[in-house]
Amino acid sequence: MTHEMLQNYWWLIMSVLGALLVFLLFVQGGQSMLITTKKEKRPLLINSLGRKWELTFTTLVTFGGAFFASFPLFYSTSFGGAYWLWILILFSFVVQAVAYEYRTKHGNVYGTRFYDTLLLINGFAGPVLLGVAVAGMFFGADFTVEKTNILDVQAATISKWGPHHGLEAIACWKNLLFGFMVFYLARTLASLYFINNINDDDVQRGQHKQLLVNATIFVVLFLAVVAVILTSRGMEVDGAGNAIWMPNKYLNNYLQMWWALGALLFGVAMVLNGIIKSLLKKTYKKGIWWAGIGVVLVVMSLFWVVGYNHTAYYPSLIDEKSSLTLANSSSSEFTLRTMSYVSLLVPFVLAYIVWVWRKMDHTKLTDEEIKHAGDDEIY
Amino acid sequence: MGDLLMTVVDWSRAQFALTACYHWLFVPLTLGLGVIIGVMETIYYRTRDEKWLATTKFWMTIFGVNFAIGVATGIILEFEFGTNWSNYSWFVGDIFGAPLAIEGILAFFMESTFIAVMFFGWKKVSPKFHLAATWLTALGASISALWILVANSWMQYPAGCTFNPETMRNEMTNFWEVAFSPMAMAKVFHTVTSAWALGGAFVVGVCGWLLLKKRNRDHVMRSLKVGGWVGLVGIVLTSISGDTSAVQVAKHQPMKLAAMEGLYKGEQGQAIVAFGILNPSKEVGDSIDPYLFDISIPHGLAFLATHDFNAFVPGIEDIIDGKSMDADGKLINTVSYADRIEQGKKAKEALAVYQGAHKLGDSITMQEQSKVIEENFKYLGYAYLDKPEEAVPNVPLTFYTFHLMVTIGGYLMLFFIVVLLLLYKPKWIPWKEKLAKPAYWLAILTIPLTYLCSMCGWIVAEVGRQPWTIQDLMPNKVAISDLSAGYVQTTFWIFAVVFTALLIADISIICKQISKKSKTDLNVVETK
Repeated sequence: MTHEMLQNYWWLIMSVLGALLVFLLFVQGGQSMLITTKKEKRPLLINSLGRKWELTFTTLVTFGGAFFASFPLFYSTSFGGAYWLWILILFSFVVQAVAYEYRTKHGNVYGTRFYDTLLLINGFAGPVLLGVAVAGMFFGADFTVEKTNILDVQAATISKWGPHHGLEAIACWKNLLFGFMVFYLARTLASLYFINNINDDDVQRGQHKQLLVNATIFVVLFLAVVAVILTSRGMEVDGAGNAIWMPNKYLNNYLQMWWALGALLFGVAMVLNGIIKSLLKKTYKKGIWWAGIGVVLVVMSLFWVVGYNHTAYYPSLIDEKSSLTLANSSSSEFTLRTMSYVSLLVPFVLAYIVWVWRKMDHTKLTDEEIKHAGDDEIY
Repeated sequence: MGDLLMTVVDWSRAQFALTACYHWLFVPLTLGLGVIIGVMETIYYRTRDEKWLATTKFWMTIFGVNFAIGVATGIILEFEFGTNWSNYSWFVGDIFGAPLAIEGILAFFMESTFIAVMFFGWKKVSPKFHLAATWLTALGASISALWILVANSWMQYPAGCTFNPETMRNEMTNFWEVAFSPMAMAKVFHTVTSAWALGGAFVVGVCGWLLLKKRNRDHVMRSLKVGGWVGLVGIVLTSISGDTSAVQVAKHQPMKLAAMEGLYKGEQGQAIVAFGILNPSKEVGDSIDPYLFDISIPHGLAFLATHDFNAFVPGIEDIIDGKSMDADGKLINTVSYADRIEQGKKAKEALAVYQGAHKLGDSITMQEQSKVIEENFKYLGYAYLDKPEEAVPNVPLTFYTFHLMVTIGGYLMLFFIVVLLLLYKPKWIPWKEKLAKPAYWLAILTIPLTYLCSMCGWIVAEVGRQPWTIQDLMPNKVAISDLSAGYVQTTFWIFAVVFTALLIADISIICKQISKKSKTDLNVVETK
């Protein structure tokens, strides 16, 4: 494989990891619902989510690590530049990790309500801020990249950002629209997951109501986001590496890459199928799988239109030539090739996750199971 | 501007040190307890004796509480490479990122998938599957340690890469040299086995408290057998790998070794300071004795560093002057630090000219400058130093933490031997009835001592290599992000408060769990 092919391959891997991360954000979506759930049913929801939170967390870490390894210039530019945005994201995930384990333990010092508040913070801030961060790939960010800066000890940093260091990204309405779309998607997926994972009439009834509300808001926001993206300008890069803004770049990308458009449409259809079937037939439990696979396809297609077809996947709003492309931000050919061998293990990893998930969720969670579980077996 | 830049560097270093120290409070217990629980559950699986299941579950509770906070503090570290050390993450992402990505794909998913089975799968999967899940969780934690330590070792000994003047970064050329450099292997074994020792000390310490309270003696005996053996094996292997580590440090980071010993002027057959108090007035280049007081072992450092009693070991001033030792342990003259600074500047200037020529498409100049860069690149980092003394790490901190680590390590060896003798050959120990209570207290005290030992090891490793983020190639002040000191100072305090609050909760929960569970009968499994 050539260097260019390897870059494309690694962008594909990033799209898979990103898509899985968005799907697994159902954990955060579920956490955001805890506050409005009847107190006696909260343990069911928390214990259902608690057995999955680490997968979301791990996928986020792997997503970050894979970006570091395959596109280090993005890692250094975005993380070092949008400092506050990433620190807030990290903070929200740090507090999540302990909240599950500590919330009902004796001696947890701050009380269960404190840890539930941490879950709520992560449930809201996680999806919204991750959405804001990803939206920067479509709508651009305030940065410059000049590699020769490293020769100047007084100002050696090669990637420089505006003075607000990520706060301006949170204040941008387009980014926020994207963030809230991800948030309501996470809540929609959470309802579908609960319907699949919990065997309890009250929870089922409540989640069907939640699904109707959240899915409606999500669909509206999704249509708005798609409209904004398709009418937005994007950065086109020519063979010599020169970048220029092009109107409707992402729309053109979809039109020029039939497979990306196919993935988008097929994914949307699957998501809608999962939601509608679950709403119409109260005994239907497999909506999460339809919607989950659909979400993966849609998110992958978004990654493809933002990175493929001579597109700068991280446009600079203040210096066009600083925009990041797959070609100018990737690791060397040798590194990408070496890591490609490791990536062959990804299907194996996915297979054992699915296998264990099926084994553990073979019997659905009930009030009885929680009542009879040992102290260490419940959250 | 210079002062401001230093402040950002200082806060960035402080933040990374803070988060790394907090993370390392939890990781070794995860690694050590993972193995201990695995052994206990294996015994249960083979004997089907419910008592072993009860003991396994007791320690699994502690493992779970500790694991969560280890995960929480770990995510910060990975992302801090980008948020606070953006130049670094770009300059070496091609090499450093790969182990991190492999860690995610191979280790994290293994841990996070199978830990769910470990805690919630008792009634959902077969005992065999459950045992496999427990071992896979422990294995995942160790694989995770392997790759992050490979990455860390590469910063101390940048092998398997070349500098590309066109992209202005280091690029990997040999993965196996990165993954299996002698420095990396020594560090991995030293760190992981030291975690086994810590896990063993933790179990023995908790057992000491249970004996003091006269609770669940049978459970204590079972735990002591596994904890004691894992601890002893751990500390023996730590000592062996520590020796290998020292040889690697002597070869590749002689300045760190000199700082570990507070050695300014070396000699053939250099003695080692077994105990010493450094003279705080000592400066590089003066004639003051570096020690106010010291007890030395003749030829000790020469043997430790080279396995040759008569070898020359250079001190800080020797290294600055360019004196080193050859493969036979003989004194040789190499490149002084003043010359390294000059060579580094040549590389830096050539790089600037190369970049200019690259923009103009002047391939002849590029070729010429490329040669200059290649000849001088290994000292590129020195170009950013104003004087050779800037390349000297904090000697007192490195010296005292090294000696504390070795002293406590020696104590731990003795401690585990005595614990196992008490278990298997109690008759050999005199006055054991009279000594029982102090011994229990000593076991409890050994827990914080072991943590101190473990933390000292990291301080030696990281402070001893200052001012380098990447040894000889990139000093800290060039590795940072373009942030204001105030920003990093703010996040430093946020993390300090959050992590301290979580640590308080963690310790409180662990203590309560131990206390509560030890009041129940730990010979039977709790059922509801």
